[in-house]
Amino acid sequence: MNSLTKTETIEKTTKPELKEKMSVKYLCAYFGDVQALSTVSMSIYKKRVLAIIGPSGCGKSTFIRCLNRMHEVVGGEYVGEIKLDDVDIKKFNSVILRRKVGMVFQKPNPFPTMSVFDNVVAGLKLNGFRNKSKLKEIAEDCLKKVALWDEVKDSLNKAGTSLSGGQQQRLCIARTIAVEPEVILMDEPASALDPISTAKIEELIFDLRKNYTIVIVTHNMQQAARVSDFTAFLYMGKLVEYNKTKKLFISPTEKRTEDYIAGRFG
Amino acid sequence: MVLKKLFSKTEEKFFHSNTLQNNERHLGDYIFHNVTRLFAFFVLGLMLVMFLELFIESLPSINKFGLSFITSSEWNPVKDKYGALPFIFGTVYSSILALMIALPLSIGVAVFLTEVAPTWLEQPVSILVELLAAIPSIVYGLFGIFVLAPFLKNVVEPFLQTHFGFLPFFKGSFYGFGMLSAALILSIMILPIITSISRDVMKAIPDSLREGAYALGATKWETIKIVLISSRSGVLGATLLGFGRAIGETMAVTMVIGNRPEISLSLFDAGHTMASVLANEFTEATSSLYVSSLMEIGLLFFLITIIINSIARLIVNNVTKKYGKIA
Repeated sequence: MNSLTKTETIEKTTKPELKEKMSVKYLCAYFGDVQALSTVSMSIYKKRVLAIIGPSGCGKSTFIRCLNRMHEVVGGEYVGEIKLDDVDIKKFNSVILRRKVGMVFQKPNPFPTMSVFDNVVAGLKLNGFRNKSKLKEIAEDCLKKVALWDEVKDSLNKAGTSLSGGQQQRLCIARTIAVEPEVILMDEPASALDPISTAKIEELIFDLRKNYTIVIVTHNMQQAARVSDFTAFLYMGKLVEYNKTKKLFISPTEKRTEDYIAGRFG
Repeated sequence: MVLKKLFSKTEEKFFHSNTLQNNERHLGDYIFHNVTRLFAFFVLGLMLVMFLELFIESLPSINKFGLSFITSSEWNPVKDKYGALPFIFGTVYSSILALMIALPLSIGVAVFLTEVAPTWLEQPVSILVELLAAIPSIVYGLFGIFVLAPFLKNVVEPFLQTHFGFLPFFKGSFYGFGMLSAALILSIMILPIITSISRDVMKAIPDSLREGAYALGATKWETIKIVLISSRSGVLGATLLGFGRAIGETMAVTMVIGNRPEISLSLFDAGHTMASVLANEFTEATSSLYVSSLMEIGLLFFLITIIINSIARLIVNNVTKKYGKIA
């Protein structure tokens, strides 16, 4: 107990103050008649990593999809309130919202007809960015940020799909940060990858936290424990527990959280 | 122990089925195997026989005219001189025109069906488009003669000539029958195949790609653009298949194209295609050289359609395979 309070004080002194970036209140999400989430409320803090854990089908993916309204693409709806910097996200144009709140998917999905370079700057080009030398600069910068530059600098014109799975996923993250989002949502970004690539992605998430607010959905509890500052445990569409990651993993207040973490169900 | 014996027996049967043990079941397999193989080779054989027959029959014409058969535009049965250029030109020109009309339409319909239409509308529209392909071509021809040609003659062609008459495409007198009507009829006829294959190709593009685009802040239109770019080789294949159909179409084209072996850029002028000359003239072919020349046109036609269709099939198969794996 003593050591825990100690680490907390260290955290407080070395990191900027906690500020709320997004807030979710009484979120209920529906796909047709199926209710995927019921009355979920939580805060997402600026420049922190929030991990969402829970068994399959608990609504994790639905939750983060609601955060940039990607649920609309697959025909979902929600009631309740989600705010980004105190503005209701329903007030945003979905296109602009998604430029602020980017998303990385479970399976790497680089655009197959585009080269590595074109993949990175695809979002910028969509925004009408045409200055070639500037695009090159940004692409290099983004690829360096995701630690992919050294691996692909000689093959920028190769197809994005020719890279390995782990490289493709880092390429997709580079593509996402190229449009300078404020929040990055990651839907099980490493679950389709081998352990080495997974470790690279985790390192990357740790680095990205300096500049971005990150919400990551994961099946892997060790991963949640390693990369996140806060953890939320969802079960059957409900928020069971939300706390600082260390607290949640070391001394969960809810019995169900404890059982899940201990691997007794899910 | 008994079980083990039984197992090894069946195993033996299984592994020796190819070596033809004279067992009743194996005999059945053997017969079935070979009969189906026979059927499959029969199709190949049929094509080979057709090709050889066409080739042998067209030998007199090939010997007499050589390459000038393809380059000469004189088609004169009276003088027994034959050059197939007008027909090759007419076939290619009418088909390209038809593609220019049908391609944008088809892609539009395919995009609507895969990206825009609500699910309840998608199915009925798809079926309607595909039904267009089920209408017999003579009905299209009839429509062309009695509806399209008069309409073109009275409304469209005068308009085109007064406003765009300076272009080589709209020169000369017009009768309703000619390249324009042939191209229009053809475009309706190839619309279903291009649409349905483009739609299948776009459907095969995994949703993760669309989501990737949306998540980058792409609008609906920008996402569609990415889908279009990703499906371009499949759409190219569909286009070639449509082109193949347009080239091979006989009846409807024969009825509206005017059937004169001329080479003219003007859409108002009558033309002739390889298919329509065969349909029109086989009964009148009196001299053996005439028959042989028609056969040579048939041979060329056969080769062109097979090549175009094979290329198209290859492209379409490649694309669906590629995305089948990703999805």
